[in-house]
Amino acid sequence: MSVREEVLSLLCENARYSTTDLARQIDADEGEIEAIIETLEDEGVIRGYQAVVDWRQVDDEPVRALVECNVTLDRETGYDDIADRLAKFPEVESLRLVSGEYDFSLGVRADSMSDVSRFVSEKVAPVPEITQTVTHYLMTTYKERGVEFDDGHDDDRLSVSP
Amino acid sequence: MNPSERTQRVPPSGIRRFFELAEEMDDVISLGVGEPDFTAPWSAREAAIDSLERGRTSYTANRGMAELREAIATNVDEQYSLDYDPDEEIIVTAGASEAIDVAFRALLDPGDRVAVAQPAYISYVPGVIFAGGEPLRVPTREEDAFKLTPEVLDAHDAGEADMLVLCYPNNPTGAIMTREELAPIAAFAREHDLTVLSDEIYAELTYGRDHTSIATLPGMRERTIVFNGFSKAYAMTGLRLGYALAPPETIRAMNRIHQYSLLSAPTTAQYAALDALEHADNAVAEMCTQYDRRRRFVLSRFEEMGIDCFEAEGAFYVFPESPWPDAEAFAEALLDETGVAVVPGDVFGAGGEGHLRVSYATGLEDLREAMARIEAFVE
Repeated sequence: MSVREEVLSLLCENARYSTTDLARQIDADEGEIEAIIETLEDEGVIRGYQAVVDWRQVDDEPVRALVECNVTLDRETGYDDIADRLAKFPEVESLRLVSGEYDFSLGVRADSMSDVSRFVSEKVAPVPEITQTVTHYLMTTYKERGVEFDDGHDDDRLSVSP
Repeated sequence: MNPSERTQRVPPSGIRRFFELAEEMDDVISLGVGEPDFTAPWSAREAAIDSLERGRTSYTANRGMAELREAIATNVDEQYSLDYDPDEEIIVTAGASEAIDVAFRALLDPGDRVAVAQPAYISYVPGVIFAGGEPLRVPTREEDAFKLTPEVLDAHDAGEADMLVLCYPNNPTGAIMTREELAPIAAFAREHDLTVLSDEIYAELTYGRDHTSIATLPGMRERTIVFNGFSKAYAMTGLRLGYALAPPETIRAMNRIHQYSLLSAPTTAQYAALDALEHADNAVAEMCTQYDRRRRFVLSRFEEMGIDCFEAEGAFYVFPESPWPDAEAFAEALLDETGVAVVPGDVFGAGGEGHLRVSYATGLEDLREAMARIEAFVE
C-alpha cells in the first residue's frame, strides 16, 4: 500500500487522527503526510470529514428516510440532469443512481415525519421526470459507514496474559 | 494429598501476580495482554454456529478432522513451503499449548535436557519440568536483537541438550529470525543431534518480511516439530485450536498421549478453523495491517520518550528497556500510579531482565492514552 493509500485508509478509519499520529502509524515524515492530505483535498479525492453519529443518543434525533425514485428520461434530460436538481435540496443527504427496480436512491433527513412527507410530496414527486416514489422511514440504524452501533463487544480479555 | 515434586518445582507464574494487581484496579489500560483485541472472523464464527445447529457435537478423529488436516497441509505448504502429509504428519490439538505439552511428554525421558531460547512464552520451562525433563535456559541478547546465535548456544552448553525450543516470531520481544539467521542454528542442531521444537504461532504476524520456518532448512524437517494454531492470526484464542507438524513417528507418539488425555480437539472449533483457513485471508491481512500501524506508533512514541526499544518485526509486542533498572518495580509503580499495565520482561525468563513487554493488541485510542501516561510517568 502506498503512503497515499495508507493515509486515506487511516482517515476513513478515523478522520480525527492528527498528522502526528498518522505519521507515527505510517512511519513517515509529518510534513510528507500534511502535503499528501493537502493534495488529496485539492484533487477532490477527500471531499469532507464527517462524524459517524448514533442519533438515538441525541435528544432531537432527526427523522431519516430512504426514498426510491423511478424516472423517465427524454432526449433532453438525462440522469445527471435529474440528479443535479435533486442534490440541491438540503434535505437530501445522499443521492445514488442504482441498478434494479428503481433508479435513484435518496437519503433524506428532516426534523419530523411530516417534514419528510411534505418534502417528498411537494419537492421530489413534482419533478416532471419522476414517475413514482416509495418512501421508507429509517427505524433503527445498527451499522453505518462500517461502524457498528451497540455492538456489545466489550473488552473482556484478562488484564494481563501470557 | 501432596502435590508432586514436579508441580512444586514450578513457581507460580509472574504474570499471575501482575494480573491480580491489575484486576484490583479500575480504569486500567492494559498493554499486558497476549491476545488479539479483534474477534474471530465472522464467517469462522458462523461456521462454528452452523456446526452446532447441525448437531455436530461428537468427537472427531483423534488427530482432528481429515478435511481440517488437509486444509492445514495446503495452507502451510502455500504460506511457508512446509510439505506435510495430512494423514501421517499433522495432529490437531486444543491450542498450540496442548501440542507443545504433548510433544514434551512424547519425546522426553526423565532427565533429558531441553535448551529453551529465552526470553520466551512462559510455558516451555514448566512444560519440560512437568514432562520430567531438565530445562536449560539459553538467554538471547539485546545486542543480537534477541535472535538466537550459535555462540550463545555454545556458551550455554546447549549442544549437550537433547532438544531445543525456539519461538519466532517471539513473544515477548517481537524478534523474528530470517532464513540466513536460522541457518547456523540449524547447523548447530544437526551437529549436536538436537530435536527442535519450533513454536510458530505468530508466523502470520510479521511486518516487512515473510516468516521462515526452521523446518524448511536442509536436514531439519526430520528433526523439527512445528507448532502453530488459530489463536493469534485468526483471533480465536478462546476456541483453543492448534496443531503440530512433524514426521510420522513423532505424530504417532504425540497422538498416543493426546488420544488418552484430550481424545480430540473441540469439534466446534475445528469447523471454525476449517472455515478460517478457507475464507479468512482478507481478515488476517486486515488485522496484520492494523497491528503494523500500532507497532509503528508505539515504537515511534518510545523513541520520542528516549526509551531504547529495538525494532520488533513480528508478533504484537515490543520489548523496550525499562526506564528503571528494576523492571518489576517499574511495572508495579507504573500500574499503581497511572493504571497502565505492562509486564516485566524477567517473567519471560533469562535475557528478559530490565525490559518490559508492551502489547499493542489494543485500539489506537487506548494506546495513545497509555503512551501519554507512560511519558508523563517517566518524566
